[in-house]
Amino acid sequence: MKKQLALVIDLNVCVGCHACVTSCKEWNTSGSAGPMPDHNPYGADPSGVFFNRVQTYEVGEYPHTETVHFPKSCLHCEDPPCVPVCPTGASFKREEDGIVLVDYDKCIGCKYCSWACPYGAREFDEQGKVMKKCTLCVDRIYDQQLPEEERKPACVMACPANARIFGDVHDPDSQASQMIRDNKGYQLLPEMGTQPANHYLPRHIKTGKEED
Amino acid sequence: MKPAFSVIFFTTLAGAGQGLFLALYMGEVFRMTEGQLISQDFMLTGLVVSFVLLLLGLTASTFHLGHPMRGWRAVSQWRTSWLSREVIALPLFIALVFFYMAAHYTDQSTATTLSLGLVGIVLCFALFVCTAMIYACLKFLREWHSPLTLVNFILLGTMSGFTLAASLSASMEPSLTYLYTFIAVVLTVTAFISRLGSLARNKSLRESPKSTVQTAIGVRHPKVQQRSMGFMGGSFNTREFFHGKTEFFIKRIRTVFITMVFILPLAMMILSLTSGSATLLIGAFCIQYVGLLAERWFFFAEVNHPQNLYYQTIG
Repeated sequence: MKKQLALVIDLNVCVGCHACVTSCKEWNTSGSAGPMPDHNPYGADPSGVFFNRVQTYEVGEYPHTETVHFPKSCLHCEDPPCVPVCPTGASFKREEDGIVLVDYDKCIGCKYCSWACPYGAREFDEQGKVMKKCTLCVDRIYDQQLPEEERKPACVMACPANARIFGDVHDPDSQASQMIRDNKGYQLLPEMGTQPANHYLPRHIKTGKEED
Repeated sequence: MKPAFSVIFFTTLAGAGQGLFLALYMGEVFRMTEGQLISQDFMLTGLVVSFVLLLLGLTASTFHLGHPMRGWRAVSQWRTSWLSREVIALPLFIALVFFYMAAHYTDQSTATTLSLGLVGIVLCFALFVCTAMIYACLKFLREWHSPLTLVNFILLGTMSGFTLAASLSASMEPSLTYLYTFIAVVLTVTAFISRLGSLARNKSLRESPKSTVQTAIGVRHPKVQQRSMGFMGGSFNTREFFHGKTEFFIKRIRTVFITMVFILPLAMMILSLTSGSATLLIGAFCIQYVGLLAERWFFFAEVNHPQNLYYQTIG
């Protein structure tokens, strides 16, 4: 089976610190996917391009509530709906590792791919007039100049709680696959049939593998 | 979804241009069955109007692009993308309208004009299908993912074209005015029924959502509420997929388009059938076109994009 790189996000340990958000922006705005322009950053209505967002949800009814911090970036779907609709071929899924990318030189900025994505994973760059999205730090993970342990997406490197695991979800022996298997990892909006490569690990009252 | 004016103008202008072309071709064939030639003045005027409407539509559509100068690249993915197919079908159809017009201008034989026109008819319907399928093929946007989208695009475009043909023919080819008006009335009634059908379908979709905040984040508790979308300001996600208008405004627009696209033009055209008034027909077309702008605005605004599940609370 071909390689499918992805992120596994452990909702048990995400503390909602947004370190992944800022490190993603820092790396990618100055990397090959950049810039990620901001508009009016210090004004009343700031706006800007981000590849990764951390949202917060409240589950349950007071006093039995839990706060769930929920990071969301492109899920690098195995059947990405954004790819076939692209009229220029700018939106594509790499054969070799399953990363979904946008070729900014071919993108005509029609935004059709963002309509086709049910997750809202793509953000339009109003300055460059092209569609942008998470690249899984494709310009980091193969960089031979970096020490091997740093060849990971910037968000994974930044997470202080180790809530983000990067790996090949088609390799049953990868840490990512094991985490999905052992912790009942799931996909977002499974009813859409997009088969997102990124998985989420559900929250447990008690952690520990003996419960399974 | 936030309605995009470039696309609203493109689809309504091109739709009227396509419908007018169909009406002109039908007029030529009909006059021939009566053993007559269609008035050349009428044919040329009509084709120029159709050609200009299509060019205006093409121009409007380029405003939708971030990089219009790269637009030529959009012909490459015709195997998978309906948008790519449309980018191919539109200029081909415009070229055919031009050749059909040139054939009439240079007094070519009826065999030539009719066969050119026939190719035009095929391309005209191909363009209708491509335009509608851009929306209908997106299976996650349930409001659009229906054969009704295709039927509505064809009926509404053809309807406005026949209304326009009726008002143009009144001064130049009066022998066709009654026929055109009659067909425009039939098309308007049919389109009315089909559009009401999609309104009813979309209402029932709103009552039974397929995806919820639970499936969006994968937490199965019955009570899940977003407290923060991750930022305080706006983003592409909050601008592109929300129309930002009130429920009241949306209902108003629905009433406006139902009145202006269907009810008023129907009344005016039926009156003109008995009185033969050309002014009524011109008025009917103008009102119907403005109504179609509202209809297309509503078509976009009515879509509740699944990504909106992730953008419920500023914070």
